[in-house]
Amino acid sequence: MEWVTTISIWIIPTIIALVLVAGTLKRVPTYETFVEGAKEGVQMSFSIIPYLVGMLVAITVFRESGAMEFFISLMRPMLQAIGIPADIVPLALIRPLSGTGALGMTSDLIATHGPDSFIGRLASTMQGSTDTTFYVLTVYFGAVGIRKMGDALKVGLLADIIGVLASIIIVSLIFL
Amino acid sequence: MVNIIWVTLFVIGLVFAGINGTMDKVNEAIFQGAKEAVAICIGLISVLTFWLGLMKIAEKAGLLKGLSRLLQPIARRLFPDIPKDHPAMGYILSNMSANMFGLGNAATPMGIKAMEELKRLNGGKDEASRSMITLLAINTASITLIPTTVISIRIQYGSVSPTEIVGTTILATACSTMGAILVDRFFYYRRMRKRM
Repeated sequence: MEWVTTISIWIIPTIIALVLVAGTLKRVPTYETFVEGAKEGVQMSFSIIPYLVGMLVAITVFRESGAMEFFISLMRPMLQAIGIPADIVPLALIRPLSGTGALGMTSDLIATHGPDSFIGRLASTMQGSTDTTFYVLTVYFGAVGIRKMGDALKVGLLADIIGVLASIIIVSLIFL
Repeated sequence: MVNIIWVTLFVIGLVFAGINGTMDKVNEAIFQGAKEAVAICIGLISVLTFWLGLMKIAEKAGLLKGLSRLLQPIARRLFPDIPKDHPAMGYILSNMSANMFGLGNAATPMGIKAMEELKRLNGGKDEASRSMITLLAINTASITLIPTTVISIRIQYGSVSPTEIVGTTILATACSTMGAILVDRFFYYRRMRKRM
């Protein structure tokens, strides 16, 4: 436990120190260069707003209308049939759509089942090993103005499915 | 594709709200969703500004080039379209390393910067190139070594061993990353065949 916390605390300051020392040694005008790069960051954040507003409003409407819950209950028996625990189904389905939704659900599962239960461990593993595909897609492509996404969404969602199945199999093998 | 998904999410949601009588919640959701999106972007300003500033120094000091040279053998296989020593590679590798250590905050700016370089490589077209899709696939599979957020939630709920899921997470994430790369390759070759 100790070492993980220590690493997390030290890693960012170490990177910063490394970059600044290397920059100084290479005679880079550090402060001016920092400001030059930072300016791009400001513009970038603003350029993402329209994409994220569009996507998040659609997803929130879908979720709050009860449609998401309906589809989850529809898919639950099917997924249960192939061995996916019923409690974990909502998390698996929400993970690619909504980051905050998934995080809330993971906390909820850990709170009700206990962090050291099978479901608690599974939820933890799943949360850590997958990402919010829709968010990544919207932010990364939105920021640089990519409109034709090609196969990106299909690839991302299939990767999520693989991550969910892998979590279930691995946690079952190790903790059961 | 995106257009259809976007409209479908709305239409299904609105029809459902009509049937279920949850229209009041939908009205709330519209503004709540918009607010949340803007809040995320505002939150991103500080992070993007700081990291892109720092990364500019790293780039000028030659650190990014060094990193990409170090990991060249793996990276070249993953992204065969990117020319040797191109700045895109440095950003891609910083993005991947930041993800591995659970530094989502630092990973996003570098991922975006990598996308920007990839777009330039692709002649500034608004179409996703092969490398862009690969980078996206790797990011959605999120290679993680230390899942910091999850560990902190587990501590919060009094886990006896909050870090016991680190091993399973690494294994699961390795599977999903490899899966993502394979799926990405599969779709790439399918596109190639279609074009012929």
